[in-house]
Amino acid sequence: MSDLATQMVRFTVNGQPVEADAAGDVPLLAVLRGEFGLTGSRFGCGLEQCGACTVLLDDEPAYACSRPAWTVAGRRVMTIEDAGRDPMLAALKQAFVEEQAGQCGYCLSGIVMRARALLARQPAPDRASIAAALDGNLCRCGAHNRIIRAVQRAAARLSDAGATA
Amino acid sequence: MIANQLPRSLADNPRLDAWIGFETPGRVRISTGKVELGQGVLTALVQIAAEELDVEPTRLRLVSGEAGEGPNEGYTAGSYSVENSGGAIRIVCAEVRALFLDRTASLLACGTEELSIEDGAFRRSGKGTGFDYWRLAGDIDLSCASTGGASAKPATACRLVGTSLPRTDLPEKIGGGAFIHDMVMPGMLHARVLRQPWRGAILGELDERALHRAARRPIEVLREGSLVALLGEDEASVEAAAVLAREKARWTGGEIPPDAVVQPDWLTTQPAVDRVIANGKPAAGERVEATYSRGFIAHGSIGPSCALARWDGAALEVWTHSQGVYPLRQSLAAALGLDLASVSVRHRQAAGCYGHNGADDAAFDAAFLALKRPGHTVRAQWTRADELTASPFGAPMTVKLDAVLDPEGRPADWGIEIWSAPHGQRPGMHRAINLIGAEALPGAPPRVPPGDVPDANGFGAARNAIAFYDLPAQRIVTHFVAGHPVRTSSLRGLGAFANVFAIESFIDELAEATGQDPVAYRLSLSSDPRARGVIEAAAAMAGWSPDAAIGEGTAKGFGFSRYKNKAAYMAAVAEVALDEEVRVTRVWCAVDAGLVINPDGAANQVEGGVIQAASWTLKEAVRFENGRATCSQWDDYPILRFSEVPEVEVRFIDMASEPALGLGEVAQGPTAAAIGNAVARALGARIRDLPLSRARIMEALL
Repeated sequence: MSDLATQMVRFTVNGQPVEADAAGDVPLLAVLRGEFGLTGSRFGCGLEQCGACTVLLDDEPAYACSRPAWTVAGRRVMTIEDAGRDPMLAALKQAFVEEQAGQCGYCLSGIVMRARALLARQPAPDRASIAAALDGNLCRCGAHNRIIRAVQRAAARLSDAGATA
Repeated sequence: MIANQLPRSLADNPRLDAWIGFETPGRVRISTGKVELGQGVLTALVQIAAEELDVEPTRLRLVSGEAGEGPNEGYTAGSYSVENSGGAIRIVCAEVRALFLDRTASLLACGTEELSIEDGAFRRSGKGTGFDYWRLAGDIDLSCASTGGASAKPATACRLVGTSLPRTDLPEKIGGGAFIHDMVMPGMLHARVLRQPWRGAILGELDERALHRAARRPIEVLREGSLVALLGEDEASVEAAAVLAREKARWTGGEIPPDAVVQPDWLTTQPAVDRVIANGKPAAGERVEATYSRGFIAHGSIGPSCALARWDGAALEVWTHSQGVYPLRQSLAAALGLDLASVSVRHRQAAGCYGHNGADDAAFDAAFLALKRPGHTVRAQWTRADELTASPFGAPMTVKLDAVLDPEGRPADWGIEIWSAPHGQRPGMHRAINLIGAEALPGAPPRVPPGDVPDANGFGAARNAIAFYDLPAQRIVTHFVAGHPVRTSSLRGLGAFANVFAIESFIDELAEATGQDPVAYRLSLSSDPRARGVIEAAAAMAGWSPDAAIGEGTAKGFGFSRYKNKAAYMAAVAEVALDEEVRVTRVWCAVDAGLVINPDGAANQVEGGVIQAASWTLKEAVRFENGRATCSQWDDYPILRFSEVPEVEVRFIDMASEPALGLGEVAQGPTAAAIGNAVARALGARIRDLPLSRARIMEALL
């Protein structure tokens, strides 16, 4: 571990090509937050057990807290900060605000990212499917029901937008 | 509206300018000592202030939790914020509004009854006057003390209070840098501090060279007594060294809790401070008894504690997510030997906080290390294991109830006997510093056993020990285990969670023993119209039926309490389905909180309280092995997940003409009781020890 050599990796974050030092198994979360200032993804446990750090890796949910940054070389990383560009994230974020789906908000970015992955493969999920999809994400404030309603609201809005597009 | 007697917060901070200022044109400063913990309190306070001042909420700038500058309101705890801070802000704003209207009337030589206010601008008979709060700010002396004499608006005149103003902080909390964890300072040093595995543990030798080798970049190892900190510019290197340090640390001495510390009857055999709170005369006759318990509960905040601090050689600045910036400032100054005036403590938001968690201790870590490295900002970050095992735990309790029944099946007397670990060991309480980093230093003063939470603050062990029913001859006795080896402190509801669970379970047992419907039985014991109101409303919401079958695997159960016997009322019905595990499928809640400032925000609090209480009731208990709490990760301390949460329906009784009552903790006790009673009916057998785990269900089934 005393090797000070750098290990540069290239990947994309929210559509932008980036380069970062991924030496020493530094976690992707540390790179996103520390190098790129993307503080929307959060540290919760470092053990892949709470989901607060969830990002999308080539559209699939991934725990950024424990995944070494070098493993994302050449891949696409999407974080909550992409809500300005990605219509699904934007719809989810808006629906979460409309449902006031949260209390402290610390778990929400990870939950929104996982919901984004769910809606991409299942555009009209029912309550049970949403709950099952979000089981890897913990919320301690108890906003679960509002969160589930927010995902359903976003799904409905996206499907309306799709129908009129 | 809130009665016009001075709320405690205003009596403690009487100057108007402590609460309000018009320093910036077009903006209103509202200062509060209460802090945002995820409960949405700042939104409710904005509504209260904007209502009384008649300005748009967007003009308000809330300054929250700045020790040394804003009002000192102690802790943000106990469901007091809307009553105390909200009550103070309402009176102050009503008074300030009246002062400005009087000034405008005298300038215009008219009566104040001709004046009105529209978004901060004063109008006369509906026409603009050219005067507003900001233009006249220089004419009004806000440094005087509040008289408390101005009348606040009646509920019928409110247009903001009573509406569901959305929280303005939510968008940034979904995807921005809203949290203390996101603060970055130039030249910041990252820090990790090793936690003692139990109180008073003494650290043996630690190979510091190995720690340096474990780090990829240069770090510093700082040791004083049993406190070891790793410091460096590269967080990953600091963490790598900390991982090795935790693995290699060997601890001896101190107060090692036995594994049996989690047993309900361990607690009842400890030396305790005994107290008789009520001494009703026992009735003659056959006595019914039952004993209930809950174990240690972890706060389980989703974001591990974090703090930053900077010392420039003369002044210490601390950023923290503590619930009480003023008491923390006192304890930090005392622990570090600093002048109080040289310490400033500012609140910054973090993940949800449900009581005395690790926030204050992390603040000590950062402050202590900042003094060692002047000119640098030190950022102390706890790990998941620190958060789950080194934060104080919610206190274990054992509660024994007894009664003699009269011929109609009503209690002829009623006794409650409570054994409890401490519910209040916050910084500064009981004249102790109460910061674990300070306890690890050489020469740390010996631990002084704490007292219980004062009665005036709603009791600790005895919170909700008085059954809120028409019961004759109540006897209330507490056995306060002050010398408990495990650090326990305030967790949402304090003693109310276990006491309400016990009382409401016992009420169901008495109803069952005398062949009565639990709802009808409660109503027969309750003459308080507001208690009856929520009991009847919850029963109606849930379609409660007295004839529901028992022992069929699914059932509904009932629970009621008035939080602290002086805050909001709540009745809950829980529906459960049982196989090897308990699944709570639905919960219906009727709440009477008087005037509700923000109905959606209040519903959010109650819904969240229900789900958190369901998690405590079904799943949560900390275990100890070889002196250590074993819940170092979520896999060892499961909480309710999305697919396990019940649907929750909340209804507020319309009581807008009554004072606002605190409701942040109202759901904890009634939810546990409703689930416990539902499980007893579904199972046909009663489990009296929490949590209602799979093992206990299986045991009851056999």
